[in-house]
Amino acid sequence: MTTAIGLGPSTLTPLRFPPPVGGVAGTSFKHEHLNAILADGPQAGFFEVHAENYMGAGGPPHRALEAIRRDHPLSLHGVCMSIGGPQPLDKAHLARFRGLVARYQPALVSEHLAWSTHETSFFNDLLPLPYTEATLACVCDHIDQVQEAIRRPILLENPSAYLAFRESSMSETDFIRIVTERTGCGLLLDVNNVFVSATNHGFSALEYLADFPLSRVGEIHLAGHAEQSDDDGDLLLIDSHDGPVADAVWKLFEIVVQHRGPVPTLIEWDSKIPDWLVLQAEAAAAQVILDRYRPSMLTGDRRAA
Amino acid sequence: MLPEQDLCFAAAFAPALLDPTRLAPSIVTGPNGKAAGKRYDVYRNNVTVSLIDALAAIYPAVQRITGPDFFRAMARFHIRQTPPASSLLFDYGRDFPEFIAAYEYARPHPWLADVARIERAWLDAYHARDAAPLVPARLAAVAPDRLGDLVFTPHPAAAVVRSPFSAMTIFAANRETTPVERIDASTPEDALITRAEFDVVVRHLPPGGAVFAIHLMSGRPLGEAAASALEASPDFDIASNIAGLIEAGAFTSISLGEA
Repeated sequence: MTTAIGLGPSTLTPLRFPPPVGGVAGTSFKHEHLNAILADGPQAGFFEVHAENYMGAGGPPHRALEAIRRDHPLSLHGVCMSIGGPQPLDKAHLARFRGLVARYQPALVSEHLAWSTHETSFFNDLLPLPYTEATLACVCDHIDQVQEAIRRPILLENPSAYLAFRESSMSETDFIRIVTERTGCGLLLDVNNVFVSATNHGFSALEYLADFPLSRVGEIHLAGHAEQSDDDGDLLLIDSHDGPVADAVWKLFEIVVQHRGPVPTLIEWDSKIPDWLVLQAEAAAAQVILDRYRPSMLTGDRRAA
Repeated sequence: MLPEQDLCFAAAFAPALLDPTRLAPSIVTGPNGKAAGKRYDVYRNNVTVSLIDALAAIYPAVQRITGPDFFRAMARFHIRQTPPASSLLFDYGRDFPEFIAAYEYARPHPWLADVARIERAWLDAYHARDAAPLVPARLAAVAPDRLGDLVFTPHPAAAVVRSPFSAMTIFAANRETTPVERIDASTPEDALITRAEFDVVVRHLPPGGAVFAIHLMSGRPLGEAAASALEASPDFDIASNIAGLIEAGAFTSISLGEA
């Protein structure tokens, strides 16, 4: 048992900040990989989990996450906060989220620019929002509340979109830039989402990235997507997280790293989960690209003499 | 404060997500004015499929018994009628056993709802708060003349599911991937679900055992619980039942209620 990690999810548990993880590749943590991961011994990378899967009171999920967290940095990725929705945040959910941050001391904490709850129904999907002055104010207010609760900035993830709202009055990149400026939050740049949205809406992924506030990016997501077609028979990409990262997404990733420098990068794989070795190999491929743009001189922290 | 109508997109977007008779909302569009019907369907499909998958993950034995097509059709009806009210999906599906009991096409399987009740209790035990189970020596230290007054604190993971069918045997056979032998479904069975430490365990309770366990877990003293169990089943054996419940990890502590 380690000292801090084993503490219960009491709201009285103090919030502590672990060191940044740097430009390393990580993977989604899936329970079916637990034994293989532990057999490998401590890894260089980090693991990311969906916060909601660990909001139960006890049992095997917490045991598994404690075992992983003991030797690795953790990224806590919320999927249900409904930051992009018009209704007030669920206070109970926010308290549970804070409890997890306190208990597991994640190096990275992120949520989505999306919503999933309306009135009392939870839809279990990342639903889109229009980009207007009204939604901007609402999203900023919700991020303020999350950041006040956990006493640190979150990383906000750009969505994958299949449609647009007629009422939108600004671009997604402008919206996201203003959110970071107003709230001080960082960004989780999902490169696959950029590629999916660009294909689905017929814009240039490179232009989107040129407009994106890359300096605020604290984490990158890479994932696989699936192909369908829209009403006119044109290609419609689905952000499915069920396969390897596409070649075009790897290329975009390299361009982002070239401009931004190496940041923690996650291979996200949530269904049709492969063997641990396959996931590990995807992370190794990301690490090769990250290392290519590592500053040649290792500066390290400068300490006062 | 911002005008309300500027934030009404969710109220316009949400209703058709679980209602296939509704058209995609008019507030959305494809690029350059293209139709958004199939684009909106991506969200519909994500919502419905992910919630069906959530129920299938909670109720794997029910799905194995009915087959995936039957299960997914049944789950789809339930999701439309009762979408989740919490973002914690492991809490979803509490009304599903009742839904199955009333589901017309499930009538040939009258035990199916009870199998679902055991599966729901199994998942609750899996996620329950961790607690150290009662040490048997604690009971041995109680003076014999006070035993009847003993009150037991139930373990957070403990639950009892009673069935007029062989629901537990059917549950156990269908949580495995091995072929299921023919089961006589007509034997009433009571199941005790516990998780003393790592693994959720489902055990058969002997005759009278369920009445006894339910009374003890609701805080009634040992003497009263035993009397009720004897009434329900004349050959109820208190010593083996209390030992069995403690060994299973059904309790965390004891106290002398009237003391």
